[in-house]
Amino acid sequence: MDIQTLTFIIVGATFALYIAIAIWSRAGSTSDFYVASGGVHPVMNGMATAADWMSAASFISMAGIIAFAGYDGSVYLMGWTGGYVLLALCLAPYLRKFGKFTVPDFIGDRYYSQTARTIAVICAILISFTYIAGQMRGVGVVFSRFLEVEIATGVYIGAVIVFFYTVLGGMKGITYTQVAQYCVLAFAYLVPAIFISFQMTGHILPQTGFGATIADGVSGEGQYLLARLDGLSEELGLAAYTSGLKSKIDVFAITCALMVGTAGLPHVIVRFFTVPKVRDARRSAGWALVFISVVYLTAPSIAGFAKVNLINTVNGPDMAGVEYDAAPDWVKNWEQTGLIKWEDKNNDGKMFYAGDERNEMTVDRDIMVLANPEIANLPAWVVALVAAGGVAAALSTSAGLLLVISTSVSHDLLKRTLTPNITDKQELLWARVAAAVAIALSTWFGINPPGFVAQVVAFAFGLAAASFFPAIILGIFYKRMNSTGAIAGMLVGVVFTLAYIIYFKFVNPAANTADNWLFGISPEGIGTIGMILNFIVSYVVHKLTGDAPQDTQDLVESIRYPKGSGAASSH
Amino acid sequence: MAFKSEELAKAYWRDNISLVLKLLAVWFIVSYGFGIILVDWLNQFTFFGFKLGFWFAQQGSIISFVILIFIYVKRMAALDNKYEVHED
Repeated sequence: MDIQTLTFIIVGATFALYIAIAIWSRAGSTSDFYVASGGVHPVMNGMATAADWMSAASFISMAGIIAFAGYDGSVYLMGWTGGYVLLALCLAPYLRKFGKFTVPDFIGDRYYSQTARTIAVICAILISFTYIAGQMRGVGVVFSRFLEVEIATGVYIGAVIVFFYTVLGGMKGITYTQVAQYCVLAFAYLVPAIFISFQMTGHILPQTGFGATIADGVSGEGQYLLARLDGLSEELGLAAYTSGLKSKIDVFAITCALMVGTAGLPHVIVRFFTVPKVRDARRSAGWALVFISVVYLTAPSIAGFAKVNLINTVNGPDMAGVEYDAAPDWVKNWEQTGLIKWEDKNNDGKMFYAGDERNEMTVDRDIMVLANPEIANLPAWVVALVAAGGVAAALSTSAGLLLVISTSVSHDLLKRTLTPNITDKQELLWARVAAAVAIALSTWFGINPPGFVAQVVAFAFGLAAASFFPAIILGIFYKRMNSTGAIAGMLVGVVFTLAYIIYFKFVNPAANTADNWLFGISPEGIGTIGMILNFIVSYVVHKLTGDAPQDTQDLVESIRYPKGSGAASSH
Repeated sequence: MAFKSEELAKAYWRDNISLVLKLLAVWFIVSYGFGIILVDWLNQFTFFGFKLGFWFAQQGSIISFVILIFIYVKRMAALDNKYEVHED
């Protein structure tokens, strides 16, 4: 069977599975819809959190980014996993004990202020929306390559599927669907990696394989893979793979912003409201990281293998370039999508990849994972499996984000702020309406992507780091912190971070160089400074305006130990 | 009040904070320390074919994170039992 038929079958089968799960686990109450009635087993919840967390960007782009950035790519690996340590140790257990549905719920109640709640709602919607537009695009890209349909058609198909199980199932449906999606995406990520690792180094485990020596019969045999990569990089005028170009302070700041941002992302935090007990919230964070690590520990090995494979294929064993006419099919397949380009600058009919003026290839980093099985000549079913994995990653994250948006509107905005008298049933209806509207909007953004989709990811993490994280940490660990301090801190953090990113990304992109950056920190890492500002401003303003009232301090006291936690509730 | 006395409540929270700080110190050292600040120095050592600093940045830190969380889960459960503030 050809790749396309197999892709139809495998992707179709996974879709059928997701929809079946959604129908089987339909939500009946707001508690089902928002937090799956707090009845999800921690291992299951960990798996769902992992699927929720790993987006199309993690699945499709991360290994490619690392392949081209080498050591510098470590910021994503450490940043997107280290945040779970903060979550497990400093946030999840206390927020679970607090026992409400959403992050704005916590901010609003802890800081006894509608203003704080409203700021939190706006931040939650902004962060989630920024994120989701890119996800729908990811679905479109995967479909357009493998089903050979227009990107727009791919986006529509994805939107219909997400609509079904978010709107019907709510958190309950999403959680169980995400468990299935995690299995699909992890399997799809590991299978090609194991194949390739075995081909290239004789190691079954890609994690040890990419540190090992290259197997006999592969060009560069007997050399350490990473040493060969460093050698090739030098020869071809690229930065050494194991060292990188970014300054230390920038690597530090980006890692920190991603870690703290991860711990402050509303769609991640909300997962810890869905488990029965405080103890489960802690375990759940641990399991989530275990499942995430399965993919994240594999990504750098895929990156290393893919880079060596790419150079070998394009430049040939003698590093003189390969005749274009003799290029393998995948080069030509991906050329059609415009993601690989060859320009024969010296008119010798040969392709050549390098970091300097000899370079004739433009290779989009997003194709490294998707093209990897083809590059390594793996069977067609593996290629189809990777397509299903990419779709699973994009769908699971979109669903989680949509839930945050719909909850923010129906629960935080309507129930808790504008129309407190609506019934449980009306609230559930509004949640579904909000989800539908959000899907429609994000579909539109998926089809007509604003040019800045890729760049706005920095927003989501920077915003989460500069707004929620300090407010929640202070809310738990500093019981005298008052509402004025927290609000001032959030505003300063968010405005500073937004202004910095907007200036360098949109207003004056030409100035976006290390010389002009504050302390040499790029817009990707500026959330770290925003977070520090937030902490400082909160503390100073609190000192000037007095302690939080006694009943708030008692509330904080009560979330610090697990005894007496009940299921999450709305009031 | 879930605690028998004010002192016990304070002691529980103190133990909790000290555990969290210790684990966060390790968290900082394996990622920011070994993976970023000391990476060049560590790269002179080889570990299963990897330069050690590079290995910490792309593998070792993540493995350590997982272990840290499970140590925390275990130690907190013991702490909750000791002060009798565990859930039923």
